[in-house]
Amino acid sequence: MTLETPLIGGPQPVAGREDRALDGVRVGVVTFPGSLDDRDAVRAVRLAGGSATQLWHGDHDLQGVDAVIIPGGFSYGDYLRAGAISRFAPLMEQITAAASGGADALPVLGVCNGFQVLTEAHLLPGSMIKNNSLHFICRDQRLRVENAGTSWTSDYADGEEIVIPLKNQDGQFVADNRTLDELEGEGRVVFRYVDGNPNGSRRDIAGISNSAGNVVGLMPHPEHAVEAGFGPDSSARGAVEVRGGTDGLGIFTSVLKKLVG
Amino acid sequence: MPRIVVDVMPKPEILDPQGKAIAGALPRIGLTGFAGVRQGKRFELTVDGDVTEEVLEQARHAAATLLSNPVIEDVTRVEVLEEDGQ
Repeated sequence: MTLETPLIGGPQPVAGREDRALDGVRVGVVTFPGSLDDRDAVRAVRLAGGSATQLWHGDHDLQGVDAVIIPGGFSYGDYLRAGAISRFAPLMEQITAAASGGADALPVLGVCNGFQVLTEAHLLPGSMIKNNSLHFICRDQRLRVENAGTSWTSDYADGEEIVIPLKNQDGQFVADNRTLDELEGEGRVVFRYVDGNPNGSRRDIAGISNSAGNVVGLMPHPEHAVEAGFGPDSSARGAVEVRGGTDGLGIFTSVLKKLVG
Repeated sequence: MPRIVVDVMPKPEILDPQGKAIAGALPRIGLTGFAGVRQGKRFELTVDGDVTEEVLEQARHAAATLLSNPVIEDVTRVEVLEEDGQ
């Protein structure tokens, strides 16, 4: 682990990046009051080879970005319900409109609180309630990629497993049985918990997509597993150094490659 | 100023982990007469002026769109509070 890279601070330039082909792809990362992982998401986009643009929730302009990430954290302090107030932010109106146009619509990824915002905005079905244990859970979590056909998972294979951090209190995915059957039937369960269900989520669901596959939400955090030295202690691909897990990087390379075409 | 009260409860079919935890704590203070607890939310909307039908309609709209999430919650009450606060 190098000590030159500060853990806290503005996004740092990424050294030693070889692949410049994805440079032209601009991914916007939205910051709400109370967002925590926006800078990590910015860094993940850059480590994957793309360019990141920081967006402010109160703006009305998406600045022409090619994709959007709604990061984790506690937007508006989780007041009312997680994501409930953020949903009505001016920028969310732009995102909702741009994401709703079918397969070629704006790719949008919601992580953790971002997933909660996407369900509150009705871009994704279901909702999150408190973990069945009532505890805040923070651990490295193994997931299975159930659908590698979405805008955010094409760099994985169907059935591939990954290990990325899970850290939340309101992480229990719930929906009625009809919605769950629909999600399963249409291949819209994108990630499923394996080796045990950490929070009581229905049918072990960790992440889902809309029917077009451009909008994906998941509770665990791929942006915290993108750089050796700062990731989980394990990887589904085999043994890694301490904090060497980078299984989350594929989420970001997936969307960049899709946008480059 | 008059107030409109809005009650929101978790849907019956949704497990309420907070209510379950409270139910588990009641026997610890010696209260064993309760079979279960469900925890909801109460909002009080203060009205600037009279509570007209239009204002009540706005309160119902707020209850359905912002104050509750229909996937997991039901609005169980939208009513004007009487003077004594009941």
